[in-house]
Amino acid sequence: MGLTAQSTGAAALDTGLSIDRSDPATRVIAVGGNPNVGKSTVVNALTGLRQHTGNWPGKTVTTAQGLCRFEGKPYVLVDIPGTYSLFANSAEEEAARDFLCFGGADAAVIVCDATCLERNLNLVLQAIEIQPRCAVCVNLMDEARRKGVRVDLARLRELLGVPVTAASARSRRGLDDLMRAVAEVSRGEAPQPPRVRYSPAIERAAERLLPLLRGLPRPGPSPRWLSLRLLEPEESWTEDFAAFVKRLPAAEEIRREAGQVRRALAAEGVDAGLLQDLVAGRLIAEAERIAGACVTAPPDGGFARDRRLDRLFTSRWTGIPVMLLLLALVFWLTIAGANGPSELLGALGAWSEEELARLLNGWGAPEWLTGAAVHGMYRVLWWVVSVMLPPMAIFFPLFTILEDFGYLPRVAFNLDHAFQKAHACGKQALTMCMGFGCNAAGVVGCRIIDSPRERLLATVTNSFVPCNGRFPTLITILTIFFAAGSAGGIVPALLLTGVILLGVGMTFLVSRLLSATILRGVPSSFTLELPPYRRPQVGQILVRSLFDRTVFVLARAAAVAAPAGLLLWILANVDAGGTSLLSHCAAALDPLGRAVGLDGPILLAFVLGLPANEIVVPILIMTYMAQGSLSELSLPQLQSLLIANGWTWKTAACMVLFTLLHWPCATTLATIFRETKSLKWTAAAFLVPTLCGAALCALVALIPV
Amino acid sequence: MNQTIPLSALKEGQEAYVGELGAVGPIRRRLRDLGLTDGARVVCLQKSPCGDPAAYLIRGAVIALRRQDAGAILMKGGTGDGPDRAVNGSGRA
Repeated sequence: MGLTAQSTGAAALDTGLSIDRSDPATRVIAVGGNPNVGKSTVVNALTGLRQHTGNWPGKTVTTAQGLCRFEGKPYVLVDIPGTYSLFANSAEEEAARDFLCFGGADAAVIVCDATCLERNLNLVLQAIEIQPRCAVCVNLMDEARRKGVRVDLARLRELLGVPVTAASARSRRGLDDLMRAVAEVSRGEAPQPPRVRYSPAIERAAERLLPLLRGLPRPGPSPRWLSLRLLEPEESWTEDFAAFVKRLPAAEEIRREAGQVRRALAAEGVDAGLLQDLVAGRLIAEAERIAGACVTAPPDGGFARDRRLDRLFTSRWTGIPVMLLLLALVFWLTIAGANGPSELLGALGAWSEEELARLLNGWGAPEWLTGAAVHGMYRVLWWVVSVMLPPMAIFFPLFTILEDFGYLPRVAFNLDHAFQKAHACGKQALTMCMGFGCNAAGVVGCRIIDSPRERLLATVTNSFVPCNGRFPTLITILTIFFAAGSAGGIVPALLLTGVILLGVGMTFLVSRLLSATILRGVPSSFTLELPPYRRPQVGQILVRSLFDRTVFVLARAAAVAAPAGLLLWILANVDAGGTSLLSHCAAALDPLGRAVGLDGPILLAFVLGLPANEIVVPILIMTYMAQGSLSELSLPQLQSLLIANGWTWKTAACMVLFTLLHWPCATTLATIFRETKSLKWTAAAFLVPTLCGAALCALVALIPV
Repeated sequence: MNQTIPLSALKEGQEAYVGELGAVGPIRRRLRDLGLTDGARVVCLQKSPCGDPAAYLIRGAVIALRRQDAGAILMKGGTGDGPDRAVNGSGRA
């Protein structure tokens, strides 16, 4: 649940999929299903993976795999992105289908939502057609029970003709049954499920092709499914499908015959468009029939409470105010709660730094070593930990509770109108929410947007949402300069809410501008599922999210802050003509910095902070301190340091603006390049926020005071 | 009750049955995969704060559609029934 170390930072980079099948006993199991039915939860529970899970559709955009042993035998479970069907109409459907058909899966598990079985069965029927070695996992049984929905599993198994098991994966129930079914379908005889029968013309056409499709490679798609897909025009075949047909023994004969069959079918009035409609319509009708026979639900479907909550969270008068209130509340809890721990950690850091220095001196260590190791690396590391960890350890569990509850899709619903006006996609709101955790993760999340143009809009503007590494900087500066003497952190919380809203507003504005210029286009069609609300697993979230954030912040601190501290210390202590290298660099950047309401050291801090935004403030402090001296760093002392270096409220405002709006960190840029495969768009993602930030800062600097 | 109206014309709480899926291209297939086939029952549950998009109950799932997309779906047999009668099913009238 929530962002994990595996879904953020450098780990957000998708490194593709290669499956280790060195053990011949290994069975590869594709785990598919509609979006948001708990596939990742099932896979995580079975394999010990720690993928990000959350209550919104489209969260899993990359393919993950994990190993699971059951009764001594190995299984590789592959979590494929959620789809509504396997007709390969969108990128993720194509990926899901091609993996199921040609990815070498020995069997498949289709995870279903027990509270919405009918819609799920459409996908189940399609999957069974491709791969009869299918096990159906009816998940979320606990939720269905609470809603008064009952599913007759025995009847379902009988009608589908494949193993069906019940599960409540969040509380780890039903997983053994599922693995038993997986063992059965992947190692035993293939089930012989009843076929969905299409119109006589289609059946006749498919029948004609079947004799040519004997002896297909295993594992692979069933001859029945292949014969049906061959009825579709070759122009609509996916790359993988075309390549597969080409590799078949009688490829040429098959293609010739398929062409004839298609022409005959068209002569009977079934052209390509009608064929798809007929096939899809028949599958849906069959799903409806099976669900009708197996599901009993109360008249309101058990969703009365959901509708009441939706009226609160998304209606005309309460939707937006409640959203803003929640945002401010989360920030307030974060700021108020982080204050004490931050101070404590800061004091602990200062004390331990001194002790460490004394210890090293006692051992006779040379002064440069003590300086570099303790006053360089150790100090920056502690700064990052004490400033970053407490707010993030509070913010993320709170955010994850909202995510688990199912609130994020409602945000997208509320904001979609504005995105439409900006010629963008409403799902961009979801990618922005991911950006709070890590912009690199947000950029990968943009895959949930189907339209390539709208995906680029979301990618280029993702860094308008301040990430993990920038939040605490914003909080620190806002607290020091704009909330003097305010009790309980309410003023900084409101200011922070305002800063976030500015980022959101800039996202709309810039998306609209890009839509009128380099990403010209009109908003495309889209559908957004609003999942049922689910009771968040608060206890588990607190533990997990707290742990994950701690690991994440500490890992970043160690990987980036410590080396940066070392580099800084060297820059600050190597003399070149009377002043340090650091001062030289800062002086060189000074005119440019002043032009946008900042100064040389601030700009230098942002430049050197490219690897990670966490180190911007420590760099700044080091640069200033190289010109003065300061032993301990609490907030009041930081304030005096900044003021002594000429900061006014305008400098602070510009610092906040530039923190919100400047180039994304190196990891995010690398991710953007990977996702777009284009230097041009990576450059755009660098320049667009930077120019916005510089322009706004320059405006603030012009204010006469 | 035989006139057709676009889905976007349904008010909160009203329901109707799919008559014709006017959309073309990928969105047509997406809508069909979501279960918007002939005769499927759709309830308009809730409009967003700006009135567009709106959330619809389609075969037990809640799907938000923009006015432009919902406008291409022609509905028939609309009634003013409230969502309290919204069943977890669909086209079975």
